Amino acid sequence: MSQPGAPTNRSDDALVQVRGLRTVLGGKTIFDGVDLDIPRGKVTAIMGPSGTGKTTLLRHVTGQLMPDAGSIRVDGADVPTLSRSALFDLREKIGFLFQNSALLTDFDVFENVAFPLRQHLKLPEEIVRNIVLTKLQAVGLRGAAQLMPDELSGGMARRVALARAIIRDPMLILYDEPFVGLDPIALNQVLRLIRTLNETLGITSVLVAHEFAAVARVADLVYLIAGGKVVAKGSPDELRDDPSPWTRQFFGGEADGPVPFQYPARDYAADLGFAGGTA
Amino acid sequence: MSAQTKSGAFSGIADALAQVGACGLFLLQILAAIPASFRHFRETVRQVWFTGAMSLVIIMTCGLFVGMVLGLQLYYVLSIFGGTAALGTVVSLSLYRELGPVVTALLFAGRAGTSITAEIGLMRATDQLSAMEMMAVDPLAYVAAPRFVAGVIAMPLLACVFNALGIFGAHLVGVSWLGLDNGTFWSNMTSSVDVWKDVVNGVWKSVAFGAVVSLIAVFQGYTTAPTSEGVAYATTRTVVFSSIVVLALDFVMTAFLM
Repeated sequence: MSQPGAPTNRSDDALVQVRGLRTVLGGKTIFDGVDLDIPRGKVTAIMGPSGTGKTTLLRHVTGQLMPDAGSIRVDGADVPTLSRSALFDLREKIGFLFQNSALLTDFDVFENVAFPLRQHLKLPEEIVRNIVLTKLQAVGLRGAAQLMPDELSGGMARRVALARAIIRDPMLILYDEPFVGLDPIALNQVLRLIRTLNETLGITSVLVAHEFAAVARVADLVYLIAGGKVVAKGSPDELRDDPSPWTRQFFGGEADGPVPFQYPARDYAADLGFAGGTA
Repeated sequence: MSAQTKSGAFSGIADALAQVGACGLFLLQILAAIPASFRHFRETVRQVWFTGAMSLVIIMTCGLFVGMVLGLQLYYVLSIFGGTAALGTVVSLSLYRELGPVVTALLFAGRAGTSITAEIGLMRATDQLSAMEMMAVDPLAYVAAPRFVAGVIAMPLLACVFNALGIFGAHLVGVSWLGLDNGTFWSNMTSSVDVWKDVVNGVWKSVAFGAVVSLIAVFQGYTTAPTSEGVAYATTRTVVFSSIVVLALDFVMTAFLM
């Protein structure tokens, strides 16, 4: 397994390059010198404890949030320096699956998936219909095309959002917690879809997820982020066998280790009002 | 006044000024986004329907009752001086110059303004605006500008409907109920009301009020904290700020248009 911080790929193989990323939000340091490469045409997973900044990293990659320091290059473009129109041009090539699906509540499932097509391309209605139904078929929801978002379960909404994210066959897809709320059948299909998109169209995928078993089935490369830094990286097999305390604790689900389970607090006994506790 | 109270007061004033400044900058952003919003023309039409047509019932009902109350009150006052013949004139001038634009704007803020704020606020809270940005669709052009333009279009139309129903209500009370001569009611009104000085100035006022109420509603929704409490506060602020600004702006515009 390679050491954290050391590049695993040549820079021209990386679709996304992050160097010296430093982010402070609300006085809390989220990233403190993060370097990572997302290789082209591969599935890369970003993992780490809750609140470690995985979603924030995706927001940096898409220019929704600007870093305090460091560079983020996507397909050669330095994201923090892009103008709004250049950023929008870049985003047309990126699909993003939101944690909470973020479906447009005024539109039914069909129109939600068709939205990016209608906004950017003047396609005949028949072609729009065929593309949308093809994507909905891929996520198993062609029959739900006429349902409104409030008629969908959480898992169904996520699959609709996934269909919307891939509707334009982007060069890069960012999945923020794609496996949450999926039943085993849907999970299996989504995993297969991610892999198929990657293998058939060469789409680069970035997953933010906690489910190592699912991640191990699709990811080529895994980054483990904790304490504002990349603490481990490698293939799922390499990380599974990695003896470092970070990976042992995270993948073993242990409360004790370098990642504190408890949010910083004063002495427990003192908080409960027992004598002898130190304030 | 203690130092702490003074500091709190200054901080409150500074916050209020910052809000006004932010709202002004937001207006510039919306104005810049209007050309791009023409691509979403159907959305603008939908918003005119939503803010205008859907507000018709409340505007018509309130216009009718305001006119009836005006007719009743003014008939009583004018009868003291033997001037009931001027009822049509006084009612129409009151409606065209002041009550039509102002009351319509207040009702518009309560009916359409609050729903605009709540809708955009919930879109913010559920990441729909972020999703649009991620799909390279500018929410300022797709969400904010159409609602702002729709408010500017709908408000004068609603004010006209309000005025018409108000005059009808006053006619109902003055002529049909209290026995004022129908010809006197209409002829005094048409001879005293000036289209440019009274009617058109009232329309200008309603256009300005439509812009102000829509701007406040969209701004509050767009900048709300993404929580249920945040949306609730933003909705309340829309009504409060709109009411204050409309009444203050009414005074300023009246002073300039007189």
